[in-house]
Amino acid sequence: MTNKQNKQVLSILVDNHSGVLARVSSLFCQRGFNIDSLTVSNTDNPEISRITIVTEGDNQVLEQIIKQTKKLEETRNVVHLRNDESLFRELLLVKIAADHRVRREICGICEIYRAKIVDLNVSSLIVELTGSPSKIDGFMEMMKEYDILEMCRTGVTALARGGVSHGIK
Amino acid sequence: MILNGSQILAEVLVEQGVDTLFGYPGGAILNICDALYDYRDEIKQYITAHEQGASHAADGYARATGKTGVVLATSGPGATNLVTGIATAYMDSVPMVAITGNVGTSLIGRDSFQEVYIAGITMPITKHNFVVRRVEELADTLRAAFRIANTGRKGPVLVDIPKDVTAAKCEFVPGKKQGNTYVTHVSDEEIETAADIINKAERPFIYFGGGVGSAKACQDLRELMQKAEIPAAHTLMAAGIVGCDEPLNLGLMGMHGRLSANKAADKADVMIAIGTRFSDRVALNTEKFAKDATIIQIDIDPSEVNKNVAVDYSIVGDVKDILSRLLPLVDEKKHTPWIEQINQWRGEDKKPVDDPTVLKPHQIMAEISRQAGENAIYVTDVGQHQMWAAQYCRHLHSRSFLTSGGLGTMGYGYGAAIGAKIAFPNRPVIHITGDGSFHMNMNECCTAVSYNVPVITVIMNNSVLGMVRQWQTVFYNRRYSGSEPERVTDYAKVAEGFGAKGYKCENLAQFTKALEMALKDNCPVWIECVIDREEKVLPMIPGGGTIDDVMEE
Repeated sequence: MTNKQNKQVLSILVDNHSGVLARVSSLFCQRGFNIDSLTVSNTDNPEISRITIVTEGDNQVLEQIIKQTKKLEETRNVVHLRNDESLFRELLLVKIAADHRVRREICGICEIYRAKIVDLNVSSLIVELTGSPSKIDGFMEMMKEYDILEMCRTGVTALARGGVSHGIK
Repeated sequence: MILNGSQILAEVLVEQGVDTLFGYPGGAILNICDALYDYRDEIKQYITAHEQGASHAADGYARATGKTGVVLATSGPGATNLVTGIATAYMDSVPMVAITGNVGTSLIGRDSFQEVYIAGITMPITKHNFVVRRVEELADTLRAAFRIANTGRKGPVLVDIPKDVTAAKCEFVPGKKQGNTYVTHVSDEEIETAADIINKAERPFIYFGGGVGSAKACQDLRELMQKAEIPAAHTLMAAGIVGCDEPLNLGLMGMHGRLSANKAADKADVMIAIGTRFSDRVALNTEKFAKDATIIQIDIDPSEVNKNVAVDYSIVGDVKDILSRLLPLVDEKKHTPWIEQINQWRGEDKKPVDDPTVLKPHQIMAEISRQAGENAIYVTDVGQHQMWAAQYCRHLHSRSFLTSGGLGTMGYGYGAAIGAKIAFPNRPVIHITGDGSFHMNMNECCTAVSYNVPVITVIMNNSVLGMVRQWQTVFYNRRYSGSEPERVTDYAKVAEGFGAKGYKCENLAQFTKALEMALKDNCPVWIECVIDREEKVLPMIPGGGTIDDVMEE
């Protein structure tokens, strides 16, 4: 998913109850599991939400994370999305200080990355980019050359490739 | 029929087979208290001195009976006072349903009087918890709480009920008692693989824990040990699950376990871990624990596999189901050289020396077991006395040694002993405590007196916080910081002040006589035993250590 070692993506299907997110994040916190990013969203089933967590750890840690998360009463399923079998996407918004002297240069980079400029004024612009986390990392590396005013990433959203559906009971 | 929330609560409790309730009243549960008044013939309520005592009483009741313990408290401080008791039950997998009142739904989130977010506070120390926001959800939520508490690996569940929900009315439809809905999915191949490993072993060893008792698999375990001649040692939680009269039972293992038991674990070629979780008090050094053994783990909780110690083979499921299927596949055989080796180690175990002129901890425990007999239930607090009770009482039956193993809760014992004695009024219940632990919750004496629950409390008084002080002696160059509070409590007088009886003993003859009287007194009794503050719990292997690091004196 990214070039970094031991990054793992978990897709957790949970009951759409208030407090579920607190339970999952409390569990991670209590047991010292790392959270790199976390997204929560609806699914096609109104009773189920999907929590996508990017975490870090070796196989033993990952096994514990999955087992402990499965133990929560409101967890329906936990799926480890492996890099080669899954699709990872993230959305980036980044605001860069840019006057006429650097604007064209930035536009050139955006074109290569197929990023969109979604806001523009005399002194700054906002770029929107969707893609795999490593693509976004690469784009941000390029943007470090400029004066970044603010940035925000959504965190990873992910699905397994192919026709599989990770069963909701 | 149309009932209000409080009546629905009472109806569901009766439906779930609850006839005993521990708790303490308060503003947010006034409606519930009022409804319970009408159910006082079906549900006997025990009001404790403090909600913590009620939570430990529900826990002790549950451990002694195997039923789900129920505790009721009001909002705010009532609820927070349950926290230690809930965490204690959680760490030791004790089925419990805690019911708390809360302020009305319109007041929630406004920092109202006696408002606290108890669902948030107890999230990491319950199997699950609920906030009931509509009376229509109440009955099924309570049923779910009983189901969850008692299914799979057992544990506490909290149900928080805002005050307006206890008054609101709705149609109540009677339901059924919730059983254990756990289903084991263990294949025959898994059982065969385990049997194969066991059958090839030359030096097999069983390490068993409290899960064997929860699964009611004590007899199955004993049969397995006998059929294949496998020696076994137990964790603190499993004292009594196989009686100490069983020759293959090597006794307690771990930090303060017998050296022979720890040596057997160290030298085994196959270790079968059953209903246990490789805690840091047993698997002191996770790298070197059972270093020569192929480890098979049998447990109901998949998250316990490979958590602390990497195992070679595991079967996840109901321990009783697994053991009963394993038994026919295990060869009947002898491991004579191995057993002889272990017996030699057992002969080398250092035994404490008797001295009738003073009170020696091991002699106190032996005398308690002699007089209380085989029906006794031992309940401890936490510290040196707890380890002595584990080491030297005669543990013959499961559910008869109640102790806070996981959380190590000082102050657990008195409430738990009261709960156990209420469950079994005809069995002697001996609460073994230390002067440190006992000061935490001795106030529950008033509960024992109010309901005439004749628990016998044996206070091992060394005037210091013995376990802390022992560690300071060994690891901190005798710098006794905070462990010598120099209290001058006159226990006999305090007992009398509560309306109980008190005795003080300084030698074995006095103790023998005091205990004889206490067993006949039929009222709550305290027996203070003055012991030397230099008494230590031995043997001892420090955390992270191995049998090479054992201290025997």
